[in-house]
Amino acid sequence: MSDANTAMVEKYRNSFLKEVEANVEEGEWVKMCMQCGVCSGSCPFGPHWAHPPQELFMMIRAGKREEVLTSDSMWMCTSCYNCIVRCPRELPITHIMHGLANYAHRLGIAPKNQPTRKFAKLFWENLTKKGRTNELKLGLSLYFMNGFGDGVKTSLKMKDIGLGMLKTKRMNVGEMWGGHACKDTNGLHAILKKAREIEDAKMQKF
Amino acid sequence: MADEIKIGAYICKGCGLGDRLDTSGLATIAEREAKANIVREHEFLCNADGVAMIQNDIDTEGVNRVAICACSRRAKTDAFSFENAAISRGNLREGVLWVRPDTDEAQETTQEMAADYVRMAVIETRFMTPPSGNEEARYENHILVVGGGISGMTAALEASKAGYPVSIVEKGAQLGGNAANFYKRIAEKSPYADPESTGVAEMIQAVEADDNISVHLNSTLTRTDGAPGRFSADISSESGSTKTENFGAIIQASGFTPYDANQLPELGYGKSKDVVTQMELEALAKAADGGPIKRPSDGKEVQSVVFVQCAGQRSQEEGHLPYCSGHCCLTSIKQAMYFKDQNPGIDTNVIYTDLRTPGAGGEDFYRSGQTKGVTFTKGQVSEVSAAGDGLSVKFQDLILNEEAAEQADLVVLATGMVPNGGVDVESLTAPQVEGEEGEAAPAEEAQEQGEFKGISVLNLTYRQGPDLPQLKYGFNDSHFICFPYETRRTAIYTTGPVRRPMDMQQAVEDATGAALKAIQAVENAGKGRAAHPRSGDLSFPSFRKDGCTQCKRCTVECPFGAIDEDEERYPMFNEARCRRCGTCMGACPVRVISFENYSVDTVGQQIKNVDMPDEFDEKPRILVLACENDAYPALDMAAMNKTEYSAFARVIPVRCLGSVNLIWVTDALNAGYDGAVLMGCQKGENYQCHFVKGSEMAHDRMSKVDDTLQSLNLEPERVATYEIAITDVERAPKLINDMAETIEKIGMSPFKF
Repeated sequence: MSDANTAMVEKYRNSFLKEVEANVEEGEWVKMCMQCGVCSGSCPFGPHWAHPPQELFMMIRAGKREEVLTSDSMWMCTSCYNCIVRCPRELPITHIMHGLANYAHRLGIAPKNQPTRKFAKLFWENLTKKGRTNELKLGLSLYFMNGFGDGVKTSLKMKDIGLGMLKTKRMNVGEMWGGHACKDTNGLHAILKKAREIEDAKMQKF
Repeated sequence: MADEIKIGAYICKGCGLGDRLDTSGLATIAEREAKANIVREHEFLCNADGVAMIQNDIDTEGVNRVAICACSRRAKTDAFSFENAAISRGNLREGVLWVRPDTDEAQETTQEMAADYVRMAVIETRFMTPPSGNEEARYENHILVVGGGISGMTAALEASKAGYPVSIVEKGAQLGGNAANFYKRIAEKSPYADPESTGVAEMIQAVEADDNISVHLNSTLTRTDGAPGRFSADISSESGSTKTENFGAIIQASGFTPYDANQLPELGYGKSKDVVTQMELEALAKAADGGPIKRPSDGKEVQSVVFVQCAGQRSQEEGHLPYCSGHCCLTSIKQAMYFKDQNPGIDTNVIYTDLRTPGAGGEDFYRSGQTKGVTFTKGQVSEVSAAGDGLSVKFQDLILNEEAAEQADLVVLATGMVPNGGVDVESLTAPQVEGEEGEAAPAEEAQEQGEFKGISVLNLTYRQGPDLPQLKYGFNDSHFICFPYETRRTAIYTTGPVRRPMDMQQAVEDATGAALKAIQAVENAGKGRAAHPRSGDLSFPSFRKDGCTQCKRCTVECPFGAIDEDEERYPMFNEARCRRCGTCMGACPVRVISFENYSVDTVGQQIKNVDMPDEFDEKPRILVLACENDAYPALDMAAMNKTEYSAFARVIPVRCLGSVNLIWVTDALNAGYDGAVLMGCQKGENYQCHFVKGSEMAHDRMSKVDDTLQSLNLEPERVATYEIAITDVERAPKLINDMAETIEKIGMSPFKF
């Protein structure tokens, strides 16, 4: 993956903006930002991330590739869609944030221990295995995300809720073994594989 | 018949006047006290029957003075307009009924108020003469356009289309002005996506093909004399020949000069050939004509270009322009498109602090620029210097808040427009005003009379200077929002960038407006009527020569330069230049200036004929002199909202607070008035005065009223002068009530008899 990173650096030496346009989901919108700052002002997480959207867009134009892609800012987006609703230029800002995060992840330069990223990975693996989310496994893997001791502690803390869900048949212990799946898991895996191939080819092309 | 004064007084009983007022009592007052010849009451005076009744009296009874005691003078003006009669209005509805509570206790004072207004209206007409029109009015439909750029040509074409012959005087060797040097113009039509053809060549063709337009190239005005309807101008060509022509009105479209970028060495101008202004880039683009644009230093095809916005503009630094030239952001977007349309691979970066894209299509054009890949960086450029094969632009990134630098083959500076406004006539020494104060402002002593900086555009022979007065930063303008084309010289209108910075599209719209104003002025001048804001007024100032002391106050203070001096140094009124504000009348210390229907007496007699209760009645009297343009409508609107104010106020509308002669205030106080409130318009830099300087002049005069009060042994609080906007609907009545309270505190005037 970091090979891909060096390759991209070579390809877009002078224009990170063009790289973003070509490779990031909805990236072609970045140039349309008029720097009004309404997105940054609307973001409920605004004060808590290093670079709010407006600033990220400016950094992209200024060619600050490393800073943007290694930033954990876009990972902070909670998809509340406030920015999209308010953007006078109608930029799909939320999508661009996720697009940037995904691009950084694919290049292998996203911050390693960013919790959102970790969770996203867990979720994706969980989902793609059977085509259905296995909530029991997802919940447990989330508890144990930060190590065994932490996992036990969290599990004990949540046990009452878990028992309650069992009692009201909101959770099935049987999911631990196998779990439910979509009709054609192999078909799904084929689809995802093809999609990945297309994406990778796109990246190669530019 | 004309000599004999015959007054008809008409008292309306409509709109509830008859229910709450004793109108027969008012009729008695009009007849017995004010001595009206005919007094009639009517149930509904403004209806066809009422109007016919008045008209009948004028036709058959010989009534030539009409006092209408009904609603405000601002209401029902169409119904109550009669020819061959002087008309005054007693404001019983907005002035009395609607500002007083309908209670038994208030009845007495309300009736007194109405009685005073009836008496005042009748007395006022006695001292009025129906305007007879101006003997010197001339009709001349020939319009002079100074400047042959976009604005000038548009004005000429529009005036010509309306049937008025036009002469264009152009200093240069060809028509087109600055716009002739443009490669393309900012998008004017939907979808506002691409630069468009300038259309200058077509416009020049249209002008040349128009038989109604004559063009004088390489020519300037060496003398402009006269007044609206009878201007005479010397058009002198470079070769030395001079031609004199007569005109009815003048449109000054003298345009702008590009700011001298040599004053911006920090931005590399003059140091590197590859730093150019927007105007110079137009020449490069024109030379390239759709091909790759080459940089001036070595002819290399430009691969990267940086636009520096607000270069030497919007800055308080010495030598910079403090204002925004309005077009430059869009121009830079347009010029960046020159590059992008030719080769999308060229890097174009616009470094701006605030991107301003005025006009309907401005935002779309900006968006189109972004779509084409023009980069916009919010930053402040500090330095442009040579670096490597090109230039390095140093700037402070205002979003990321850091120092940054960008490499470029070419740098374009968005420099501003400097108006060709002629000489600043107000920098000239005001000639010494002779008279009791003998005041000569010390700051002006340094400047000797007659020295003007710069080159005059119009070379007017007006006593007040050869060009139009300037508002700010050298732009000739009267009022940006309220009356944009009006200058302080009647029938001379400015248009285009000499008025305010603007782009081509705005200039075209602007010039069309100016052409219409010029036509209006021609027609008005032909009929001896006033131009804005007293449009249609036939009266004009006249003066009693044997009383004049030649103090020159009127000639100096006239905001419109209407008054010259004759060989004997007496004032010489140019009626057609006059806007009828009466500032001269307010200025005259010996009170020899008057209008037929507005004079020191028409107001002075109203003041004298207010019934003055004695000291022990506890009924003070407050004189309110309210400007008819803003303060009086504000009071009218307050009345419509049924805002109550003191029953002791007597409001007299004045044409402008500048027309208030100090004698009115002095006489009022001598006659026992307890207070006086003067309401004019906002003055100073953001003035709203319809006569530009009237309110300012009045405030200045009133600042000296304290001496008068002291000599009368009266408290200074008894006279108050305010600036009132037309929107001060709550404030205006409150100020009257404040005066009533003040009087309650300091007690009644000791001058009552």
